[in-house]
Amino acid sequence: MSENIATRAAYGKKLVELAEKYPELIVMDADLSSATMTKEFSKAYPEKFFNMGIAEANMVGVAAGLATCGKKPFVNSFAMFSAGRAWEQVRNSVAYPGLNVKVIGSHGGLSVGEDGATHQCIEDFALMRAIPGMTVLCPCDGHEMRLATEALMEYDGPAYMRLGRLAVDTVTDSIEGYKFEIGKGSLLRQGSDVTIIAVGMMVQMALKAADILAAEGISARVIDMHTIKPLDEDMVLAAAKETGCIVTSEEHNILGGLGEAVCGFVSENCPVPVIRHGVEDCFGRSGKAPLVLKAYNLTPEAIADKARLAVSKK
Amino acid sequence: MSNLPLIAAKGRLLGMEAVHRAASGHIGGSLSSMDVLTALYFGEMNIDPANPGDENRDRFVLSKGHCTPALYPILALRGYFPIDDLKMFRSVDGHMSGHAEMRHVKGVDMSTGSLGQGLSVAVGMALAGKLDSKSYRVYALLGDGEIEEGQIWEASMSAAKYKLDNLCAIVDVNGLQIDGATADVMPSEPLDKKFESFGWHVIKIDGHDFDSIKAAFAEARTAAGKPTAILAATVKGKGVSFMENDAGWHGKAPNDEQFAVAKAELEAKIKELEGAE
Repeated sequence: MSENIATRAAYGKKLVELAEKYPELIVMDADLSSATMTKEFSKAYPEKFFNMGIAEANMVGVAAGLATCGKKPFVNSFAMFSAGRAWEQVRNSVAYPGLNVKVIGSHGGLSVGEDGATHQCIEDFALMRAIPGMTVLCPCDGHEMRLATEALMEYDGPAYMRLGRLAVDTVTDSIEGYKFEIGKGSLLRQGSDVTIIAVGMMVQMALKAADILAAEGISARVIDMHTIKPLDEDMVLAAAKETGCIVTSEEHNILGGLGEAVCGFVSENCPVPVIRHGVEDCFGRSGKAPLVLKAYNLTPEAIADKARLAVSKK
Repeated sequence: MSNLPLIAAKGRLLGMEAVHRAASGHIGGSLSSMDVLTALYFGEMNIDPANPGDENRDRFVLSKGHCTPALYPILALRGYFPIDDLKMFRSVDGHMSGHAEMRHVKGVDMSTGSLGQGLSVAVGMALAGKLDSKSYRVYALLGDGEIEEGQIWEASMSAAKYKLDNLCAIVDVNGLQIDGATADVMPSEPLDKKFESFGWHVIKIDGHDFDSIKAAFAEARTAAGKPTAILAATVKGKGVSFMENDAGWHGKAPNDEQFAVAKAELEAKIKELEGAE
């Protein structure tokens, strides 16, 4: 049976593993280390861990200063605060000078659950994507997250990565030929009638949606687009040409995220119907995470509905 | 070159020429902070213009990043790049951005411009120095309007937490910001008590008196376990009679007539200081 682990948990453990191999690694947090899972690192490597208090703007700036001196800082908070609160610091003190700072946004999307709308960041992809030169990642499971974390360690430049709160099934470890590369999507399931391009925990739902569709005779391709920027244009182009329609799925506002990245590329290069599945430009609300996701139609059934709609528009 | 007043006077003239040529730029706060910058780059800081990336060098962050008409001339005079490059200031054909730019201007240690962010970066540089047991020092120049940004106080807390006695912030207290007197726009005094209560060693000086500036830097080196804030009382527009103490000259360029007057005043000062040599 495959493992069931939150991407934030896989990330936290991976940081500890990487510390010896990468002596320049610095981990910073803003009083959320128990939740962002950097606590284990803080205990293992207290001299490389800095708790900056509830002050995300300063944390990002301090990381920028460390990066100018050759350190490789990972700054951690909830997506709402690292990508949201500190957006302008990320833009002006990290991305504009091109500094090697990794901005980590844990608890992205509605699956934060009970904490409600103030903590459910559904805008981080849009915010980070809009910054020139910024790389934007959101791995879908523990296996992919471990690989992505090390890839980020090796990557020299500003980047943002979203982590999820909920435990999710690991799916990428059983895909034949799977390898992780920043900027290259992963083809998880071949199909010919429609392509579902998903990111984060919507990937697992997209695979379930493909099962639902298969039972109806609709062959759905599933792409795990862990890198939202730079977008894997070759893979999207092939999907548009070969399946003739696309559904994007993300735990994010349908404005500004993966969906619009795909729409922008497809409309300019191979216009085919693209249906965006995600949060329909509204704030979330409190509740048990699975119920909140259901309340906002972030379900395999809803993805399957969008796929049928996409096919009907061909 | 050790005649700091003369270097500062030359810097003022170069800054004025750059702003006039570009017909834009922040001259008021550049003139007020020129003396502190001169003392840093021509005395206090351990730097080598031939090796601007030396990992053991002292660092400087222009947190009030709009004061490039002070920083760029000083870097040019110090030998980081030819004085002629200042002709590219704010030009679309050049590389000398209106706000401090580290990727294209040699000698700039951090890109700044959005107020309130530079002190945090300086904290990071100082922290890296401590981690690597290096003896370099880090300097940050802040505006007294800029310190209205909350991030400055976040950074101040963190600098004290990590006992960054290799960090020295200088606040250019010229009392004016774009919309008028800081006392009216957003009162921030008493700055000494604020920084002290945040765990900093505080020194108040006349920011146009080179002996006081040098003495303050020397004292800052002795403040063990604490970052130092030097509150430098200055005159916005210093050195040009009609610009002094006028918030209107925060971000405005002189027209040809005004430039001629300013140039004559600054040239007279240079001549006077050269004569005294």
